[in-house]
Amino acid sequence: MTAETGTSERPAASDESLLPELVAYLRENRTGLREQWVERITAAGLLTAMTPDEIFSEVTAVYDNYVAALETGSVETLQAYARDLSERIIPRGVDTDEVLGIVLLLRDILARSLFVHYQDNPELLHRILDAYEPAANRIAVTVGVSFVEERERVIREQQDAIRELSTPVLQVRDRLVVLPIIGMLDSQRARQLTEQLLGAIQANRARVVVLDITGVATIDRTVANHLVQAVEAARLMGASAIITGISSKIAQTLVDLGVDLEQMRTVGDLQGGLEEAERLLGYRGEAAATDQRT
Amino acid sequence: MSVAILRQGDALIAAIQSDLTDAQVLALRDDLSERVGRHRLHAVIVDVSALDVIDSFVARSLRSMAITTRLRGAETLVVGIQPDVAIAMAHFDLNLKPLRTAKDLDEALVLLGERLEEDGGAG
Amino acid sequence: MPDEVRVEITRDEDMLPARAQGRALALELGFSRTDATLIATAISEIARNIIVHVGKGEITMQPVQEESRYGLVVTATDSGPGIADLDAALEHGYASRGGLGLGLPGARRLMDDFDVQSERGTGTTITMTKWRVRDELELLRERRRLLDEKHHGKHRSDGAGP
Repeated sequence: MTAETGTSERPAASDESLLPELVAYLRENRTGLREQWVERITAAGLLTAMTPDEIFSEVTAVYDNYVAALETGSVETLQAYARDLSERIIPRGVDTDEVLGIVLLLRDILARSLFVHYQDNPELLHRILDAYEPAANRIAVTVGVSFVEERERVIREQQDAIRELSTPVLQVRDRLVVLPIIGMLDSQRARQLTEQLLGAIQANRARVVVLDITGVATIDRTVANHLVQAVEAARLMGASAIITGISSKIAQTLVDLGVDLEQMRTVGDLQGGLEEAERLLGYRGEAAATDQRT
Repeated sequence: MSVAILRQGDALIAAIQSDLTDAQVLALRDDLSERVGRHRLHAVIVDVSALDVIDSFVARSLRSMAITTRLRGAETLVVGIQPDVAIAMAHFDLNLKPLRTAKDLDEALVLLGERLEEDGGAG
Repeated sequence: MPDEVRVEITRDEDMLPARAQGRALALELGFSRTDATLIATAISEIARNIIVHVGKGEITMQPVQEESRYGLVVTATDSGPGIADLDAALEHGYASRGGLGLGLPGARRLMDDFDVQSERGTGTTITMTKWRVRDELELLRERRRLLDEKHHGKHRSDGAGP
């Protein structure tokens, strides 16, 4: 067999020829070895969050993927399965140590079984293990890493969701939308904000948007630019943007950066901003004239 | 046909239906300007909601059209700028303030109606 | 990884496919709709630059993948007379000085990296790139896409290798 795909470690030439034998052995003894594995998993108190049926079905899939990975030298399919498995079990509360634990248990069971099977031929056993061990270790690492990566992805998704929540879009009254921004405003968030702002204008047919940055401590040049662009983009979509809650620190930053504050409608606090917004909306004739002037 | 032009009262509505070449943009600008003069129209509404991209040339052309038609007594309103396009336009180093905008046709007509009222009714 | 796209610019009309292909490629790479529009707009600016000032040139769009970010590199080349006053051309406010301007400042603001190499009598090469950070989430999106492709084409997982 040749290990051609992915970044497989190549066993020594003589060992390569043993892999088919190894794989065949593992397949033939699948039922027995799998049962042993399940027993050991239960005895070790692992996967308690899953039912016996679930354990059995996952164990079967892992075993088969494991053997396939040994056979092909490629862990891609195993990776895919591991990620899929992780996606399913993470919400069930299965933890990293359990996942690593069961994979290592399987590794041990298979190794012991090889010991027993080849006990009459130490030299052959040695060579079989030489073929088996690196591959088995690589499999353990693959599964572990996939699981951890999946967990990190879940955490990031949650962070993303929190970030979105922290910039709610509030439809305050007809044609008026408020975006209260809290926390750190970095470039990525500012971009997200701009898109949210414009999306709100489109969805809510807003004529005035109030962007409240009372909860933002500082901003840098890039973020300031994003804000200016957001205001301009809002105007191009036919809405006026009012920025409220600019701290003296941010005000200083804007001045230092040379941002043209004449172009931006700003009001000290949110309350004032809402009043200004209502004024803009309430006196439509005046609104048209104001748009014309600024 | 890239641009559909219709008349509504003394307003002209030009709906751009697909991406325009520079030559077509200039032709449109001149066409609208000529019609404004010929029919003594009071408003031109340019609907750009079908445009995926509005670059600095198109933006400047729209702006210059707004300025010149105002000199001929008509108000120009650009409607339907898409969110991404608006963001892109905000990157230009251009003063687009002379370009009045509205979200859509309905808004535009309302704004124009008010404006005309403010001026003491259509002349 | 999608391939490089090449568009010849010889007439006014060529700007349109250049923009459309740039946008499509950007979306395929995973850029947001907004970024795709920024890129398409920048392409429009430099395409016009070629048409108006040289008459003939070429725009290529090349996806690039780095460890922590992916990007789209757009290059405009022509064998024209070169830009006489590069500093002026890149200055803020140049575009608004009446006439057509060169549109380069606009393109520069729309993109992240921007470089102009111009030699009198030889020609000009403009290289501009938009980058996005390949954070975990995006990495995973790509992997998932690959996964989906695999799932559609592969056999059962026991024994059949890729």
